[in-house]
Amino acid sequence: MNTSALILMVLTQLSVIAITGYFFYRVFTTPPRPEPDSFSENDPE
Amino acid sequence: MSLKQTESWGTRVGLILAMAGNAVGLGNFLRFPVQAVNNGGGAFIIPYLVCFLLMGIPLLWIEWSMGRFGGRSNNHSTPFILDTMTKRSFWKYFGVFGIFTNIAVAAYYCYIESWTMSYVYHSIVGTFDGLSQTQVAQFFTSYVDIGVSTTGIPYEAVIFYILCLGLNTWILSRGLAGVEKAAKIGMPLLILFGVFLALRGLTLGTSGASAEVPTASAWDGLNFLWTPQFDSLSNPKVWLAAAGQIFFTLSVGMGTIHCYAAYVRSKDDIALNAVSAGFMNEFVEVVLGSLIVIPIAAGYLGLDWVKENAGFGMAFQTMPFLFEKWGPVLSAVAGVMWFGLLFFAGITSSLAMGTPWMGFMRDEFGWGRMKGALSFGAIVLLLGLPTVIFFQEGVFDEYDYWAGTVALVVFALAETVLFAWVFGMDKGWKELMSGSDLQVPTIYKFIIKYITPAMLLVVFLGALFTPANNEWTVAFQDLFSGNGWALDNSSIIKTIANTGLHQQLAAATDPAEVTRLTDRLFYTNMARMILVLTFAGLSALVYVAALRRMKSNPSTVA
Repeated sequence: MNTSALILMVLTQLSVIAITGYFFYRVFTTPPRPEPDSFSENDPE
Repeated sequence: MSLKQTESWGTRVGLILAMAGNAVGLGNFLRFPVQAVNNGGGAFIIPYLVCFLLMGIPLLWIEWSMGRFGGRSNNHSTPFILDTMTKRSFWKYFGVFGIFTNIAVAAYYCYIESWTMSYVYHSIVGTFDGLSQTQVAQFFTSYVDIGVSTTGIPYEAVIFYILCLGLNTWILSRGLAGVEKAAKIGMPLLILFGVFLALRGLTLGTSGASAEVPTASAWDGLNFLWTPQFDSLSNPKVWLAAAGQIFFTLSVGMGTIHCYAAYVRSKDDIALNAVSAGFMNEFVEVVLGSLIVIPIAAGYLGLDWVKENAGFGMAFQTMPFLFEKWGPVLSAVAGVMWFGLLFFAGITSSLAMGTPWMGFMRDEFGWGRMKGALSFGAIVLLLGLPTVIFFQEGVFDEYDYWAGTVALVVFALAETVLFAWVFGMDKGWKELMSGSDLQVPTIYKFIIKYITPAMLLVVFLGALFTPANNEWTVAFQDLFSGNGWALDNSSIIKTIANTGLHQQLAAATDPAEVTRLTDRLFYTNMARMILVLTFAGLSALVYVAALRRMKSNPSTVA
C-alpha cells in the first residue's frame, strides 16, 4: 500500500475503533438507574 | 386509545445491539465500498465522516428523542409520536412514512435476505464447486428467474422468500424479547464472521494473482479505497453520495429508531446509547466493510475489473467464485461466513421494520403480538411477491427507489424541521439530555437546528434536480451562462416521468426489445400504484385511529 493510503486507513479505522470502544466502555461502566428503569432483566422478582 | 405499555427491553446492551442491528444492513458490506469506489476512493471517506458527524449523529439523536418523547404517552409508531409533538394534526400523516417505508422496504429487503439464506445452503452443499466466474454469475441470474430451479425445488426463490418471511414473523411474534435475542445472537456472530473475512482481505496481498490476471493485488484495492484525493472534496457529487450513504447506513428516516426508543423511560439515557449504536454501525461499515469485498475482488480479478464491475451483485455473482480459490473446505466456511453475516445484517434490520406496524396496531386497535406479527408477514408477502415474481421487470428497483430512497429523505427532512423548529430546539435538547450519560457538546444545538436540515434539504434537492451525468460543476456553469439546467434521467423529476424508459423505447427497433421495454414500463407503473395504494391505506388507518382517539378524548383533532 502507498504511504498516504496506509496513513488514512489506519487513522480512520483506529479512530472509529477507539471511539466505539470508548462509548461501549461508558455504557458498561455506568451504574444502572434505580428501579423502575426501562429494562426488565434487572427487575426484582 | 393507547394501551398500557406491556413490553420492555431486557437490557441496555440488548437495546443498543438491537439499534445497531437495525442500522447494520447489507449496505454496510455492499453499498459502502461500491459508493467509495464510484466516488473517487479515498476522496469519499472525508465527506462521509463529515456527514456522519453533521447529519448522521444529529438524526440519531433527533429520532431517539422523538421516540422516547412519544413513548411517554404510550405511542410506539411515528404517526402519533409526531402528533404528540405538535398541535397541527397534519403532522401525523407525515408520520405515515414511518410505517409505510418499513412495510415497503421489508417487502423487497426480505427477498435479498432470502438470497443470503439460500446461498448459505448452496455454500454448504458445494453448489459453486468448480464453477467458472461466468457460471457463478449465471447461477444468480437463474436463481432470480423464478421459473428456473437450481436445487430441484420448484419455485425455489419463492420458497426461500416465504421461509425467510416466516422466520421474521415468528421472531416478531415473540415481541421485543425476540428482537433483542436475535440481535444478541446475530450481531456478535456478524462481527466474528466479518473479522475473519476482513483479516483475509487485509492479508491477501498479491497471493491471488494468476496467469489470467498476473497483476492482481489486494493492495491495489485498498490503495484505491484509501488514497486521499483532496481535489475531489470540491465535487458536490461526492458530497451527495456521502450524505446518501450516511442516510442508508444508519437506517434514519424510517421510523424504526423512534419505535425502539419509545420503550425507553425518560430517566434513562438515550444520548450515549444513540452514539454507541451509531459508532458500532460505523465500525462494521468502515472497518469491516472496507476490508472484504474490494480487496478480495481486486486480489483475484485486478483493480480494473473492480472499477468496471463494482456493484451490489458482486456479493452473489462474484464472491462465491473467489472463495472457491481457497480450497473446498475453506471456501465452504468462507461462503457460510459471508452469506451468514449478510443474513444476520439483513434479519436484524428486517425485524426492526416489523415493529412500527405492530406498535401502531397495538396502540390504536389493541392487536396482540401474534396478530400484529402475522398481519405484518401477510402484508409484506402480498407486497413482496411482485418484487419476487417480476424482479427482472424492475418492480424490485422501483420499491427500492421510492420507498427505500426518496421516502427516507422526505421523512428525515420533515422530522428534523418538526423537532428543531416546530417542537422547538430548547424542548428537543431537554428531551435529549434527560437522563443522559453523555454531555453532548452544545454546538450540536446549532447543528441540529441549522446544519442538519440544510444538509437534508440539499440532499433532497440534489436528488430532485440531479443534473445531466451528475456533473454539478458543468450544470452550474451552464445555468449561470444562461443555458438552463439539464436534468439527468436519474433525477426524481425525470424518474417520475419515466423519461429514460421512454427514450429507450423510442430508440428501440428490435420487436423483442420493444416488448421488453413496454412490459417494464407497465410493471414500473404497477409498482408505483401498489406503493401509492399502500400509503393511502395506511393514511386511512391513521385517520380512523385519530377518530377513535377523538371519540375517547374530544379535545383531539383527526
